[in-house]
Amino acid sequence: MNTLLEVSGVSKTFDGFKAINNLSFAIGQAELRAVIGPNGAGKTTFMDIVTGKTRPDEGTVRWGDLGTSLTRMSEARIAREGIGRKFQRPTVFEDQSVEENLVMALRNRRGPIPALFYRRSDADMDRVRELAAQIGLKAELARRAGELSHGQKQWLEIGMLLAQEPRLLLVDEPAAGMTLDERQHTTNLLKEVAKTRAVVVVEHDMDFVRRLDCRVTVLHEGSVLAEGSIDHVTRNPRVIDVYLGR
Amino acid sequence: MFLRRHPHLLVFLSLLALFTLGVTLLSEAMGTGALTTSFTKILGQTLCLCLIAIAMDLVWGFAGILSLGHFAFFGLGGYMIGMWLMYERTRLIVEPSLLAQALPPTAQEVQDAIAAQIFGVVGASELPAIWTFAGSLPAQLALVVLVPGLLALVFGWLAFRSRVTGVYLSILTQAMTLALALYLFQNESGLRGNNGLSGLQNIPHASNVSQAWISLWFVWGSALALAIGYVLATWIVSGKFGSVIRGIRDDEARVRFLGYPVETYKLFVFTLSAVMAGIAGALYYPQAGIINPAELAPVASIYLAVWVAIGGRGRLWGAVLGAASVSLVSNWFSGGGAPDVTILGYTIAWVSWWQVMLGLGFVLVTIFAPKGLSGLVDLMLVRRDPSRGDAAVGRDDGSLRDAEEAR
Repeated sequence: MNTLLEVSGVSKTFDGFKAINNLSFAIGQAELRAVIGPNGAGKTTFMDIVTGKTRPDEGTVRWGDLGTSLTRMSEARIAREGIGRKFQRPTVFEDQSVEENLVMALRNRRGPIPALFYRRSDADMDRVRELAAQIGLKAELARRAGELSHGQKQWLEIGMLLAQEPRLLLVDEPAAGMTLDERQHTTNLLKEVAKTRAVVVVEHDMDFVRRLDCRVTVLHEGSVLAEGSIDHVTRNPRVIDVYLGR
Repeated sequence: MFLRRHPHLLVFLSLLALFTLGVTLLSEAMGTGALTTSFTKILGQTLCLCLIAIAMDLVWGFAGILSLGHFAFFGLGGYMIGMWLMYERTRLIVEPSLLAQALPPTAQEVQDAIAAQIFGVVGASELPAIWTFAGSLPAQLALVVLVPGLLALVFGWLAFRSRVTGVYLSILTQAMTLALALYLFQNESGLRGNNGLSGLQNIPHASNVSQAWISLWFVWGSALALAIGYVLATWIVSGKFGSVIRGIRDDEARVRFLGYPVETYKLFVFTLSAVMAGIAGALYYPQAGIINPAELAPVASIYLAVWVAIGGRGRLWGAVLGAASVSLVSNWFSGGGAPDVTILGYTIAWVSWWQVMLGLGFVLVTIFAPKGLSGLVDLMLVRRDPSRGDAAVGRDDGSLRDAEEAR
């Protein structure tokens, strides 16, 4: 397997609490992966470490073909390397239109001067419309993001992630607060996206994970408890013990 | 084309042009005398305050950085131009008398004579090092931009790099302006301590021009600077850059995860607005005639925030509206324009009560009219946010998982 991201031997302690304990994790270039685990298993800290929000106490995070280390990079730099992150609560810029949100996320030069002289090219706007169609918001381009429904905001955020053209997407509970229909749509979207890039989905909802139909990594107390297909991990007695049994 | 996309630009520029024309026609210089020279100066100063309000709105209303130290930059701009004004005027007075002597004076002697004139008041007679370029107008004009800009750059770099945000940053900017004011109060600062720089209304090489005309020149200059500042700010906030800084205001972390170097953007906006403030100050103080360290007092910068809040932050014309109306009304009250009112034997002297009113006004606006005066303009133009009835913004019932699970 051609590895895109390799986390090895990472530990992180907060005030004596070991949030991540010698965690190792790897994901390929085009792969969909679900990460599950009970509260406090270290799912969010894991994402924080990969995206540069938290610096690990020890261990390495290697990225891409060159095996670049991510542990010293700033969040913005890591994002430019091609790692996109979707937060649990939808965080879109509510004050701005759907279009502005997407334009801001489009893969372009990020410095202040290029942004100052940025002009919307036809190619960029085509891409925005294409993305809007993909996330089902084509008719809402001119609306303010704050007016969208909860599910639509989640999609807009996924759309913004896609606009960044990341090689790895970290998605935190994408289906939280969605209706059944919306969840189905989200599942399809994620599966589609994972054909060309790596997607890591952190999720609580086992039904949703089952529908994703992908490899599952179970975290517990900051390290990997089990890994494999959903049927494989749900049969694992230790997983049942710490997670499903409750 | 740019104008068509920003209709408020056309309205603003037309009103500003009309205002300038009106002041010109009514000014003493034109002979009508409907506006006294001193009032013309106040109007010119108000235009400068509008310019710094735009700078404040850029940094606060758009980028979400509540700077409570912008008058430090304003004051520094004033000091920089004031140095040239004082030096050059003193030179013009001192030089002829020296030239009258039998031996022609050396450059050093001229400089010493100028220094003795300027610094006699603080008991010094040497020209401090910071006055090195005071004899050159282009150099001091460059410093009007460079000094506030560099201070903002260094301060901002330190603060933003350490991710100081919110109220902590505001306190830090207060500390900055206070420290600068206290430093300038010292006679050793080289800027005449608490005397400040005075006589700035007398423009060198223009002694044969009446103050009436000079006041008019400054109204034109200030109006031009305000117009340019407004257009520049509009351009900055309208494009993708504007999108990014508003994003930073609303959710800094999210912008960071989009790959934007948030600190660089903040530094850019902060420095740019400091430069605008410096230019505004350089135009303001020749009209005020005097600058002293009290101008940099922390409360001055707080007033600036109050003006922008009352006008309506996040909108450039709102900031201008706030600065113009509050500072003019403030002038009227504190200048004794309002007659004292006696209620139940207690006489309300507006000169001192005005401050209380202003504070109350600020609290009321913050609570009841978050959009400030610009919100009133919206009401007049019947431009309201779309009504959602009672529906909450956010998730609807269908998206609540509990209901689904119950089924």
